[in-house]
Order: sequence, then C-alpha cells, then structure tokens
Amino acid sequence: MSDASDDDSGAPGADDEPEPGGGAGPELRHGVPVTESRGQQVLHPGRDELVELVRMLRDDEGFRVCVDVTAVDYLAYDAPRGLPAGVTGERFEVVVGLLSHATAERLRLRVQVPSGDPTCPSLFDVHPGTEALEREVFDMFGIAFTDHPDLTRILMPEDWEGHPLRKDNPVGAIPVQFKGVRNDR
Amino acid sequence: MSAADLTRTAEGGQEMGPRKGATADELLRELGAVLRMSEAEAAALADVPPDEDERTMILNMGPQHPSTHGVLRLMLELEGETVLRTKPIIGYLHTGMEKTGETLTYVQGPTNTTRMDYAAPLFNELVFSLATETLLGIEDDIPERAQWIRMLLCELNRMSSHLLFLATNGLDMGAVSMMIYGWREREETLRLLEMITGLRMNHNFIRPGGVAADLPDGWRDATLRVLDLVEPRLGEYEVLMTGQPIWRQRLQGVGLITADEAIALGATGPVLRSTGVPWDLRKADPYLFYDQVDFGVVVGSYGDCFDRYAIRLNEVRESMAIVRQILDKLPPGDYRIQDRKVTPPPRARIDESMEALIHHFKLFTEGFKVPEGEVYCAIESPRGELGCYMVSDGSGTPYRMHIRGPSFVNLQAMPHMLRGGLIADAVAVISSVDPIMGEVDR
Repeated sequence: MSDASDDDSGAPGADDEPEPGGGAGPELRHGVPVTESRGQQVLHPGRDELVELVRMLRDDEGFRVCVDVTAVDYLAYDAPRGLPAGVTGERFEVVVGLLSHATAERLRLRVQVPSGDPTCPSLFDVHPGTEALEREVFDMFGIAFTDHPDLTRILMPEDWEGHPLRKDNPVGAIPVQFKGVRNDR
Repeated sequence: MSAADLTRTAEGGQEMGPRKGATADELLRELGAVLRMSEAEAAALADVPPDEDERTMILNMGPQHPSTHGVLRLMLELEGETVLRTKPIIGYLHTGMEKTGETLTYVQGPTNTTRMDYAAPLFNELVFSLATETLLGIEDDIPERAQWIRMLLCELNRMSSHLLFLATNGLDMGAVSMMIYGWREREETLRLLEMITGLRMNHNFIRPGGVAADLPDGWRDATLRVLDLVEPRLGEYEVLMTGQPIWRQRLQGVGLITADEAIALGATGPVLRSTGVPWDLRKADPYLFYDQVDFGVVVGSYGDCFDRYAIRLNEVRESMAIVRQILDKLPPGDYRIQDRKVTPPPRARIDESMEALIHHFKLFTEGFKVPEGEVYCAIESPRGELGCYMVSDGSGTPYRMHIRGPSFVNLQAMPHMLRGGLIADAVAVISSVDPIMGEVDR
C-alpha cells in the first residue's frame, strides 16, 4: 500500500508519462484531472464525483454507453501508475469505460478506492447496463457498490469465501470450498 | 456495507425470491432505470395484482436445458405462461481465466484467452495481441501482411460463428434440418481454419507481434472453395427459413428491445444493430485495415428475434465479401514483426548465432518485458464489442488482464426482452442473443 503511494508522489518527476502542464498542476477536463495513456484519454474523478460526472457525460457530452466496469488491485504494483499530481493512489481502482456513439470517442475513468473502505457508488441509475459488471467487480475484488439493486456474487458460488482477483488471494493451494458434498458416498 | 462485512462474504443465495406482486417502487427500480420511464408509467405497468394466493411461480430453466447453449440458468417468474421477471444465473463455467492470465507471460497469453469465446477464438487472440502491442508501442510496426492475415482469419471465424448460430437457432426453433445444414457449412469453414492454423478451435495463431505462421500452400484455392460452397447454401437457408410463415411467426415481434434500452443496457453487436443502430467497430472505429475494405453494416428495424437472425445471416455474406477483397489485396511481406525482443528468431538462426539462442531461450522462459501502463482495446467480435483492459507493471506477465465479453453484457438485455412474453418464446430469445457461456463466465 505505502509503496504504491510513494511511487505516485515521485511519479510526475520520474515518470516519462507526458505531463503537459509542467509545474502548473494537472490538466483538467470536466473539472477532474485528465491524463493520456497510450493515446487514450483517462479521467481521474474522486469517488464522490463519479456518479454526477458520468451522468453529466451521458446527458451533455453524448457518452451514452458504459461499455465496461472493472477493477485493479494495485497491492503488489511497484511501478509508476501514471496518476496525475493531486491524485493519491489507493489499493483498488475501479475502471469505467465510456463510449460515445456519435463521435466514436472513448473515455476511461479511474476511480481510487482505499482498501480500508472498499466501496464505490453504483452507476446503475445512470447506466443500468453496469449491473452485472459491478456484481462481477464485487465478486472478484470485494468492492461494494452502494445503491446497487442486487449486490450478490455472480461468478463464484454464493458461499465462497474471499475475492479471487485480489492480489493477496494466491493462485492454487486453495482448499476446495464447495459445500454439500457428502463424504459417505 | 463496511469493510468488516466483506471479510466473510456469505451474501446469501443468488436466487430470486418469490414475492407477492410487484410494488410500483420495485418496478421503477427494476424497469424504470432501464426504460427511462416516469414513475407514473412504472406504476401503470404494475399490472400484477398484489395477491395472497401466490399466482406467480418461480421456474428454473437450465443449466441443463438443451436450448440454453451450455450452462446458462434462467430463473423465470411466471404468471400463467407469461414471463414477468428473469434472472440469469451464471458462473457454472467460471474457471478464473483472468486470474490465470496474470500468471502467464504475454507469449502464453493467447492460449488462455482463446478459450473464452470458443465459437470465435481468433477474436480473443486478436484483442489480447492488440492490447499487448499497444502497450509495447509497436502497434504501427506490425507488418501489413500480418494484419491482413489477421483480418482474413477473423472474417472466416465470423462466418463459422454465425453459421453455428444459424444451426443452433434453427434447432431451438424446431427446424432440426437447419442444424445439420448449418453445422455442415461451419465444418467446412473450420476445416479451412484447420488447414491454415493447424487446429479447428483454440488456434493460438494470432500472437503479439503478428501471426504464428505464414499461410500454407493452397490456402487461396481452399478459401475460394469454401466461399463458393457457402454462397449458394445461404440462399438455401433463405428458402428454408426466411420466407417460411412458421419461421416468421415464431420470431417476428418476439423478444423486442428498443434502441434506447439496448444502449442503456450496454448491448452491442447484433442485439444493438437489430434495433437500427448502425454501430459496428469495424466501421465506426476501424482497426487493422477495415477502412480499406468495402462492406456494409447490417441493421434491423424492429429489434426482434427475426431481425437478429436476419442480421447474422447477412453478416455471413458481408464477411464473405470482405474475404474476397482480402484475397485480392493481401500484400507480400512478413507475417510477424522482426523485433527480436518480441518475435523468436527463425529455427535455422539458432544453430549459428549465440544471440538468437539467448533470445529464443529468454522469450520462451520469461517472455518479453512490457513497459508499465494501462490500455483498453476493443474489436467487433461476432457477438459485439470484445474489449481487453490490460495493466502492465513492466514485467513479463500482465499485472491485470480483463476481458470485456460481449455475451456477458448482452445477457443483461435478456430480462427486458423476455418480460411480458410467453415462456415458449424464451427459447427463441435466448437463442437470438447467442450467448457463449465460456465468454460469459470466463
């Protein structure tokens, strides 16, 4: 955890990511810091700004489709994360992909979610198509989406313990957790 | 929900509980957000009387139902024969492929992703390769011939995937002979793919840097043979199904969805195009050389099962037209990038060059290093937008590899197509969404 935030504070100087503003603070778009990753636009809103930003992008900017919601666990990541100045890297990051049919333009939102309070506001009321995607993120990362209508596991068995895509969840060597198999067969 | 609650996550069953009628509040949440309707409209829709004698019934369909295309399970709330609520329950085929992807090198990656959408494996390999190449910064250096070969293979794969749909769609509707015909033509296409890649499915042929091998001798004749064979057969399908009154009555007006609903639900591919939205990434945001071939985007107008059937049938024709253009335009050249950091050296060089041997050894043991960063690449698979979100930390394996499967998202549109319809039509709707469970569950 602490590693990640240390890297970020050093990122603007050491990172070779373009920092167009120089020393004049991060570039803003729609009021939130914006960066570019391999030619793709990335916005970095805070958790509390997320829903209003996505609603505004849908209503005013034509980003009518939410194509993807996923998350990344940066627990074991020790490279510059490409975050703009002023955004502190947290352990989890919810990544939302938006698409405008009118201009074929894509936007990516990276929302920092701390490990102490892994919650994020749900986009269901803006884009109902995020229902299953947010459930998948909850299932795999344990990030709870507040106001989601039906936040249950979607891919793993409902009595599964833990969240498989977290980096502290090891590959292999996990006892089989399936219940209800009798030994007396 | 606080963090303490999350340590033990027994969230309870995924099942849909029975309920005594639908209150307007529930309906607004269930439909209102999706349909963008007013509260008054949602209340007017609450036509289910709040009754005490439990007139609705919860019915499980699948996961072993033959028409659920594998292991899809639907929980249907029925009132008589009318479907009210539907909840797709998935995960029966979940094998943790995204987690597995974090342990495999970029060279091994396509062997993993190709098994996701098993009806269109080459698309999974392509999107993984495109994301890797974008992270490497070599996406503009891939040889032209490699890109054209990728297009050729993808369009052949789109043909085989849609032919599979036509076969299973016919089977689901009771046109059993169609299943045999569709399967027969798909087999011809797969045989061609086998000749080119060595395998019928799960090819692992498109790899970061290009493709695995050049096209074999005789591929052009074999391709033309398949095209000439399938072309008249599509006409036979039209005679067998498109014009038949039974077929039309079974599909027309069934499983309706509007453009606004499809967009709100994130649906892509034929489900979205059936509502009249001409959205095809090959046209809208061309990748490879799709801007250099001439083809049409097939759209429907009613958003029903018949439109989705007709779209796929005609997309086979468009794919064949693209393949014919590729046959004319395929340039000579290299089939993979000659960057020793990405592409293994030719076998003959290993005997005479120490560097070649080292490169070969390093590539196949630890793979190549990819600069840190994150990227999202999307292509148009037969089922819709297939995306790959990849995060690299500068090592030889992806730090995070996420595949946005079109079937997974399109499944969300199914409850809205089913609502208010007959249970007998549920089979038609499932079939017309054409979900591939390997991709849904990953």
